[in-house]
Amino acid sequence: MKHLLSIDDLDPERIESLLDRAESFAEVSKRDIKKVPALRGRTVVTLFYEASTRTSSSFELAAKRLSADVVSVKASGSSVEKGESLKDTVETLSAYDPAAIVIRHPQAGAAQMLSQWVDAAVVNAGDGMHQHPSQALLDLFALRQRIGSVEGRKIWIVGDVLHSRVARSNIQAFSMMGAEVTIAGPPTLMPRGIDASGCEVRHSLDGIEEADIVYLLRMQKERMGESFVPSIREYARLFQVNSRRLGPRQLVMHPGPVNRGVEIGGDVIDSDRCLIADQVASGLAVRMAILFELLAHGGESSAVGEGPVPIGEPA
Amino acid sequence: MNEVIDGLPEDGAENGGLPAPLIQRPGPEANLLIRGAQLLDPTAGIEGSHDLLIEKGRVARIAETGSIEATEGVEVIEAEGFHVFPAFFDPHVHFRTPGQEYKEDLETGTRSAAAGGYAGVIAMANTSPPVSTAEQIEALRDRASRVASIPVGFSATVTRDMKGEELTDMAELRQAGAVAFTDDGLPIASARILRRALQYQAMTGGRIALHEEDPELSGRGVMNEGVVSSELGLRGVPSISESTMIGRDAAIAGYEGGAIQIQHLSAVESIEQVRRAKADGVDITCEVTPHHLCMTDEAVRDLNASKHKMNPPLRTEADRQALIEALKDGTIDCIATDHAPHAAHEKEVPYEAANMGVTGLETAFASVYTKLVVPGTISLELLVEKLGCGGIPFGIEPFTLAEGSRASLCLIDLEAEWVVGEDGYESRSGNSWCAGEQLRGRVLVTLADGQVAYRLRTFSLGVA
Repeated sequence: MKHLLSIDDLDPERIESLLDRAESFAEVSKRDIKKVPALRGRTVVTLFYEASTRTSSSFELAAKRLSADVVSVKASGSSVEKGESLKDTVETLSAYDPAAIVIRHPQAGAAQMLSQWVDAAVVNAGDGMHQHPSQALLDLFALRQRIGSVEGRKIWIVGDVLHSRVARSNIQAFSMMGAEVTIAGPPTLMPRGIDASGCEVRHSLDGIEEADIVYLLRMQKERMGESFVPSIREYARLFQVNSRRLGPRQLVMHPGPVNRGVEIGGDVIDSDRCLIADQVASGLAVRMAILFELLAHGGESSAVGEGPVPIGEPA
Repeated sequence: MNEVIDGLPEDGAENGGLPAPLIQRPGPEANLLIRGAQLLDPTAGIEGSHDLLIEKGRVARIAETGSIEATEGVEVIEAEGFHVFPAFFDPHVHFRTPGQEYKEDLETGTRSAAAGGYAGVIAMANTSPPVSTAEQIEALRDRASRVASIPVGFSATVTRDMKGEELTDMAELRQAGAVAFTDDGLPIASARILRRALQYQAMTGGRIALHEEDPELSGRGVMNEGVVSSELGLRGVPSISESTMIGRDAAIAGYEGGAIQIQHLSAVESIEQVRRAKADGVDITCEVTPHHLCMTDEAVRDLNASKHKMNPPLRTEADRQALIEALKDGTIDCIATDHAPHAAHEKEVPYEAANMGVTGLETAFASVYTKLVVPGTISLELLVEKLGCGGIPFGIEPFTLAEGSRASLCLIDLEAEWVVGEDGYESRSGNSWCAGEQLRGRVLVTLADGQVAYRLRTFSLGVA
């Protein structure tokens, strides 16, 4: 595997081995010295064309924990604001000879284009409404830590599927790992033709009690202005998941940031059934595993020649 | 004053007192003997292996193979195994002059057309600025008379600067030589404005060519709405964005007795609208592009905007099959390329940010021949006919091989295989939808109104 652009680049075996790797990195993170020398002397560029807290900080920290040199570029305050094209920006950054470029971009396919222009491994940290593969992997990791395999589990993804790259990656990843996926939301926010992906499509929360896991999507306020839903009030009345709608053993996930009281009730966020904190914690270990698999374990030898480093050996 | 194509009326009754519709650079008239080629002119009923002699730019004689002797000064082409067709006519090309010559201009655009076997095109008016005044038409015709290697007709916009608000001076534009009216690139959103244009057209003539799309339904869509767009997370353009506008405009045209051409038909619902309007007696004609006949939205999965982003978007296999059927049953009148050159920096960007449009003149015949004729989906006769008849809706008769006519024809090697773009393009832009593909059927020579407009570099002629 040279790049991570989409869940399509993976298969169940690859995902399992990434999650195994993440597990050993999670252990490293519990130690006093949290760094391993795997990527010492190599450079990781993070290139974020969109605002991001969780994803950008966890990729940066993941690269640093692997001892890589990290260059972080954000669109605001850079030459991107002066109208420089993606291609020219990338060519400039290529002068640093990066081993990996992590890119977040508001347009679908940006990461894929990048992979055709550079020698570096490209990690898609979100492209438009298309894919967000590291999110799907960290969600699988958080679930594995809590309940083990998702095989045979019923997972409901609720909310604005139409505008969600998280939904697209997660439908694929959950299905690939053997879960039964249902998506639910108003018809205006269900993409036409999505049923071809093999998931069931519903327009209400009736039957949600059958779900083992309820995965909520952020409802953006801008959608009201575009007539996707009449009002936040009506949306919350029909699709908000709160403790009244959930049974005792059902788990709740959300990629964040949440709108308390819109798609998710505050009582759920603060309960033990909610995995949001687990998801954030998983982000670091999973992104370390992704960078490690692509750079240290992906076939090419490390720039300083030490090869894959046994996990757990502190630097 | 402008050069006028010989054989077309300069003024008077034949063309209603209007200037000749097409204009090209004057050049030497061809004297050419094409020996033993398979001639095929479905409309004139000419078919079979013959010698074809061109003298002073005219088809002088067609006779049994081996029966015509070359006289002095006549170039001879030993053409056994090759085909000769009447040259093609494309009513829908973007040559970008004025204002965007970095994409294409009249010189490169007409060279590109000639390389595809075309001897006539109609250039769209969505230039920068758009062609909205008689002075602009005159300046374009003047330019074409100096640089165009094949005859070009120019369209003018329906509304001033394509703003959709006021009509252009349509009568004056016709007098200056506008062969059609179109705001192509944009729909005419206002039904009131289109109605006025169609009323006014009864006096001025000049069919109105329509880019059919409801901006409210298309929104910010960048590809066909369906299974593929939902997987890729790209905003979709629903097929009904096209068909509802065709329904509206066909009703207005029927009510007013106006003449409309529906451009680049893409969806099955649209075909139904055109079929119904034709049955109701509306003066409606329509085009389909080679890329809509040969590809579906599955191609967009590679997110290669240079090859696969255009408007209207590539649709589904059901739509493609319906387009092929409509071409066969005559619902679709002609094949038009919507040749839309763009520079690399406008295409080598993320899919959503890229410009819409692909080039198609140099590959129109070979692509449809390879993908539809070779597998037996449509006949060679149908392809030649539909590539040739695009001028009819605009009052321009198809070219013919008939004796006595001006020589506008193409010589094609149907067996030749070539890789698109391998040797570059005649067009200034490389956004061909079949770039890198191996196609069958190569244009060797094109004659346009009696002049040799193109010959393949690697193909040489003998001189008697």
